Amino acid sequence: MSSDTQVAAELVGRSPGQLMWRRFRRDRVGVVSGCVVLFFFAVGLLAPVISWLYGKDPQTRYGQIEPGLLNEFGYPVKPNGGIDGEFWFGLEPFMGRDVLTQLVYGIRTSLFIALAVTVLATLTAIVLGITAGYLGGKADFLISRFIDLLMAFPNQLFFVAFLPIVATLFVDPREETPTYVRVVSIIVVLWVLGWMTLGRILRGATLALREREFVEAAKVSGASPWRIIRKELLPNVVSPMLVQATYMLPNFVTTAAALSFLGVGLVEPTPDWGRMFAIGAEVYRADLTYMFFPGVAMVVFVVAFNLLGDSVRDAFDPKTNR
Amino acid sequence: MLRFLLRRSLGAIVILLIISAVTFFLFYAIPRNPALLACGKTCTPDQLAIVEANLGIDKPVPVQYWEYMVGIFTGRDYPIGHCPAPCLGYSFTDNRPVLETILDRLPTTLSLAVGGAVVFLVVGLAMGMLAAWRRGTLLDKSLSSASLVLGSMQIYFLGPLALALLVHNNQVFSQPKYEPFTEDPTAWFGGLLLPWLVLATIFTANYTRMSRATLIEQLREDHVRTAKAKGMSRSTVFFRYAWRGSLIPIVTIFGIDLGSLFGGAMITEFTFNLPGLGRLAVDSVTKSNLPMLMGVMLFAATMIVLFNILVDACYALIDPRVRLA
Repeated sequence: MSSDTQVAAELVGRSPGQLMWRRFRRDRVGVVSGCVVLFFFAVGLLAPVISWLYGKDPQTRYGQIEPGLLNEFGYPVKPNGGIDGEFWFGLEPFMGRDVLTQLVYGIRTSLFIALAVTVLATLTAIVLGITAGYLGGKADFLISRFIDLLMAFPNQLFFVAFLPIVATLFVDPREETPTYVRVVSIIVVLWVLGWMTLGRILRGATLALREREFVEAAKVSGASPWRIIRKELLPNVVSPMLVQATYMLPNFVTTAAALSFLGVGLVEPTPDWGRMFAIGAEVYRADLTYMFFPGVAMVVFVVAFNLLGDSVRDAFDPKTNR
Repeated sequence: MLRFLLRRSLGAIVILLIISAVTFFLFYAIPRNPALLACGKTCTPDQLAIVEANLGIDKPVPVQYWEYMVGIFTGRDYPIGHCPAPCLGYSFTDNRPVLETILDRLPTTLSLAVGGAVVFLVVGLAMGMLAAWRRGTLLDKSLSSASLVLGSMQIYFLGPLALALLVHNNQVFSQPKYEPFTEDPTAWFGGLLLPWLVLATIFTANYTRMSRATLIEQLREDHVRTAKAKGMSRSTVFFRYAWRGSLIPIVTIFGIDLGSLFGGAMITEFTFNLPGLGRLAVDSVTKSNLPMLMGVMLFAATMIVLFNILVDACYALIDPRVRLA
């Protein structure tokens, strides 16, 4: 990073962070996708406010309470999944719940899980990656082999197989699993197999940085290893970390959704983005519209995040060309 | 080459041993009573006793693991019957050896993986090459945007969508199902065509993006520029120098993808209701069929490790500088 620091035209000293921010601001795609991403987080955060303003909640079975909304087969009476001025995104077949609030709360759940996993995975990658890179030798060998081992695990299979096992750590299998246990189990399995890519990147970066003059200088001047890691190494690995985290998060969202789709993730009545696809796959013959909003929202979310990741990468390292 | 394969196979066996041990211990040691987990929520004491006997969990876990591993090589006797040589245990939902069921489901998974891989490799590489060849043009930009959007699609969204629009409403494709290739190749092809295309859509996008990026990188290399400067034709430079150089990362990713697909394309199989290994794994989880899950896990891990070795062996074929020793 230090070698990248160019002198700006008007010869004002700027930190790498400021330079990155200036470059990012000029990238229109990046700014737009950043706004979309922020919008999703705002939706997740403000879900109760949205449902209050909109006047519905995700649990009430409107279609079952109010007659005339669902037909005798349990599907919305009005065309296009029951979309009208009252139910903006339509009604859920059978249960008769409001799709908009379901989706908003589902996004809230998914983003919470993905964010938690991203933070945990990034922290793990920092600790293990930097330890391996900085200490070298035996520690490096052990951590690298550990990463190799985890990489050989079939990951989807691992998630699906270990979710119930992790859940039994907390509750007896004969009892009903509470929601928070399910959420924690999902976070744990995604975390265990989620940090290796970043860990490898950070190990490599640290390995290269360790030989640099400024680290040598810090060592010679008597800085403790902790200080070197905190003051010399960490600031220099911020960019791969941020870039990788922006690629990680949408991955965790889609994987957690896949788990719910397969029927091993979150269960009723917790609103969940992924389970909307499971319901959608059951009712697509009669009511394809139901899946439309969750599906399009997810595509937009993932596209925006990927574009944001590319822009962040370009902003940190303008030399990479696309 | 032989020494390389030998060395890597030893490493692979070590990794598989560790994976099997980790999986086994997590499955059988952590739950307070694995038989209870396996038996489900409506378990009577009688059923529990049968399950416990079949699991052999009266013994300590390391002994159980040892017996399991020995069983893989020598076969094993269970209270419910004998399990011949590569014994991965007995499934306690249908009382059949695990391996038998895995081998039953394998052709579906292999057909799905191979067919899908052919589609995404051919289409993905072709589109990536086209985009790199016509870099900066409208074609490049539209291919890149298309691959970005398609790559962000999820099979659990695209699959039901395709089923609704192309099978249910318009009958463009027949209802996806698995017919053995040996019995009726046309039905096999017709039944798997839509799953292949849906599975391949997501992968194609990644391959387009990656092959475009590596090709563009390769086209900037010194040796490629030299070839151009010598006056070689654009297509010779493109295919003989740049394309060949771009193959290494592609082969790497392809090996990883194919290895994991051979272990079961869970979401695709679930979406299209195909009886493959992925579907088997999901069903085993909902039924808490631990021996079956353990078997599928070991099989899938073996595939991943095997393809890693194959990929490394392929490097030597692609890049003459790589010597395997």
